Amino acid sequence: MTSAAPRPEAGPPGPGSGLARPAARPAAGAAVPAVPAATAVRAPTATDRLQRLLALLPYVVTRKVVGLAETAAAFGVSERQLVDDLNMLWCVELRSPDPYCPIDLSYEGGEIVVSEAESMDRPLRLAVDEASALLVALRMLAEMPGLQERSALSRTIAKLEAAAGTAAAPSSQVAVQMDDSAAGTVAAEIAGALAAGRRLHLSYYVPGRDEATERDVDPMRLLVVEGRTYLEAWCRRANALRLFRLDRVLALQVLDLAAEIPPDAEPRDVDKGLFRPSPQDVEIVLELASAGRWVAEYYPCEQVEELEDGMLRVSLRTPDTRWVRRLALRLGEDGRIVSPPELADLAVADAAAALAHYP
Amino acid sequence: MSRRKTERLLSLVVCLLSAGRYLTATQIREAVPGYPDSFDAFKRMFERDKDELRELGIPLETGTNSALDEEAGYRISRQAYVLPDIRLEPDEAAVLGLAARVWRRAELASAAEGALLKLRAAGIDAEETSQPGIEPRLQTGEAAFGPLWEAVRDRRPVTFGYRAAGRSAAQVRHLEPWGVVNRHGRWYVMGQDTDRQQERVFRLSRIDGPVTFTGRPGTVTVPPGADVREAVRDWDAEAPVQQAGLLRVRRGAGHGLRRHAVSAEPDVEPGWDRLQVRFSDSGWFSEQVASFGADVVVIEPPDLRDAVIRRLKGVLA
Repeated sequence: MTSAAPRPEAGPPGPGSGLARPAARPAAGAAVPAVPAATAVRAPTATDRLQRLLALLPYVVTRKVVGLAETAAAFGVSERQLVDDLNMLWCVELRSPDPYCPIDLSYEGGEIVVSEAESMDRPLRLAVDEASALLVALRMLAEMPGLQERSALSRTIAKLEAAAGTAAAPSSQVAVQMDDSAAGTVAAEIAGALAAGRRLHLSYYVPGRDEATERDVDPMRLLVVEGRTYLEAWCRRANALRLFRLDRVLALQVLDLAAEIPPDAEPRDVDKGLFRPSPQDVEIVLELASAGRWVAEYYPCEQVEELEDGMLRVSLRTPDTRWVRRLALRLGEDGRIVSPPELADLAVADAAAALAHYP
Repeated sequence: MSRRKTERLLSLVVCLLSAGRYLTATQIREAVPGYPDSFDAFKRMFERDKDELRELGIPLETGTNSALDEEAGYRISRQAYVLPDIRLEPDEAAVLGLAARVWRRAELASAAEGALLKLRAAGIDAEETSQPGIEPRLQTGEAAFGPLWEAVRDRRPVTFGYRAAGRSAAQVRHLEPWGVVNRHGRWYVMGQDTDRQQERVFRLSRIDGPVTFTGRPGTVTVPPGADVREAVRDWDAEAPVQQAGLLRVRRGAGHGLRRHAVSAEPDVEPGWDRLQVRFSDSGWFSEQVASFGADVVVIEPPDLRDAVIRRLKGVLA
C-alpha cells in the first residue's frame, strides 16, 4: 500500500517560505499523541482530526499571521500536535492530471503564514448538531435572569441563524425553560454586586429547617444548574463556600463593602453534580409507594431498588436529617423512613404532635 | 492507520473542492494518493470515505458535467461547502463563548466545540469569559437524550420502555418525536404517541432501557404549528383555579408558607399567626402543609383540613 508521497523538493516554493522539511513521521501504527482536552470522552478519530485540519487553514488565512502557541491554544492541542497538523496539510499532494501541492505554508520562527490555500481558505459550514448546540444555549441564556447582555444575545442569535442556514432549523425543536420567574430582580442585583465586587446581605430561607436566616456573603459566581439559578458565595457566618438558591432569597441588600473571598476558596466543580455526599453523612433508607416515587427523581439517591410489592427502596446520604422528618410528614402513607429507626420514631412523634391540633 | 486515513480524506476533500467540476471515481483514484491498487478494494474504501465525509456535513454531490457523460461523478461545490460570512462584535463574540460552555460535559459538548472551531476559523475570537462570574450549564444525565435528539433531528420514529408516574412496571411506547424540552432542569420528549393516536409528553428519566429507531430518517412529519418552545410556554400559561385557605402558623415558623401568603396577622392565641393563603392543587398543598408538622394548623377549607389529617395519620400507620 502506498502512503501519501513525500512532498517533492521541486514543489512550488512559497514566497519567502523557509519551511524546513516536515519532521520525520512516526512509524505507521505509532500512537498519535493524546490531546489533553478536559472534555474528551473518547479517543479522537481520523474524522475528528480532519475537522481540525479543515479549520486550521482558514483560521490562519483570516488572521494573515498567527503564532504557533496561540493557535495551539485556540484548537486545544499541543504545539507538537499543531506542527504535525501543519506538516500534514503542507504534504497534501494531488497526482493527477499533474502532480501538484495545493497548500503552501510556513511556521518559521513560531509564526504561521499560509501562502497558498487553494480552495481551503474558508471553514466548512455548520452541521445541524453544531448549530443546534450554540443556538439552544444562546436562547437559554436569553431567558436567564440577571444576564446583562440581552441585546448582544439577540444579535448573535440572528447572525448565527443566518450563517447556519438550513442547519439552524432543527434547533427550534429543542426548548429550554428555567424555573426562575421569581428570581429575576434578585439575579440582576447579584450580577451587579458581582461586577462591582461588593458584599451582600442575604435573608435566606432554609426549607429543610424551616428557618429564615440572616447572613453576609461575598458573591463568587452565579450558576445555572439543572434549570435553577444559584449564587455561590463565601458565607461569612459559616466561614465556608455555600450555594444559595435564588428562589429562596427572601431579601437582599448590596452592602457598601468590598467582597473578600479567601484565596484558597475552591469553587465546586458543578459538572460533577451540585451535591456531594460526605462520608460523615447519615445514611437514610426510605421505602416509597407509587405516589411517593417522585422522591427518587427529586433527590440524589445513591441506590434505588425495586421491591417485589411495587414499592421502591432508596438510600441517600445527608449531613442534616431535619428535612427527612419533614419529608416523611409530606409523604404520609406514600412512603416511610426505614433507617435510621430513631429518625423514623421522630417522624411518628412529629405526626402525632401535629394531629393533636385536630381534636 | 488512522493517520493514513486522515491524509487520504484530507486529500480527497482538497481534490474535490479545487476541481470545481464532477470527477469520476477513476479520476479520483488517480489524483488522490492512498487508495489500494485493486479496484474493488478502492471502491469499498471510497464508499466508506464518502459516508464519513457526508457525516461531517461535507456536501458531497453526485452528478455529471454534461449530458454526454455516461458515468456519474462527484464534486464538492464551494458554495455549498463554505460557511457564509459571519462577523461578530466583541460583545456578541463574548456571549457566544459563554454559550459554547453551556453544554460542557453534556451530550452536545463536542458539537458546541466543533461549531466554535469553525467560527474561530471564520475569524471570530470567541472570548472564554464574558460577564464575570456567570456559569450556566445544561446537563443531559438521561441516557435517552442522545438517541432522542437524533430521532428529533433526523425525523425518525422511536420505541422505548416507559415507567409512567406512580407505576412500577415499564410499558412499551411508540412515538413520532417532534421535539425535546428541558423544563426546570428535566428533559422531556413530546410528539405523537402512535399507539394512542394522541400528542404526548414523556419524561426522559422515566424511560427504561434503550431507545430504538423504528423507521428511516425523514419519516416523521411534524405538524405545522407544533412548536415545542411555544408548547412549553403554554404549560405555564394555564391559569390554575385558585382556592382560598386560612391557616394558623406558629410565630417564627412556616416561612415557606409565609412567603406566599396573602396576609398574616396575629392569632388570638399568643405565639401564633393567622395566614390567608391561595393554592390551586389541594393535594399538593396538603403535602406542603403537612410537612410543617405541629407548626401549622388548617382552619379552612374542610377538604384541605381532611387531606392534611389523612397525610399525618398515614405516617402513624
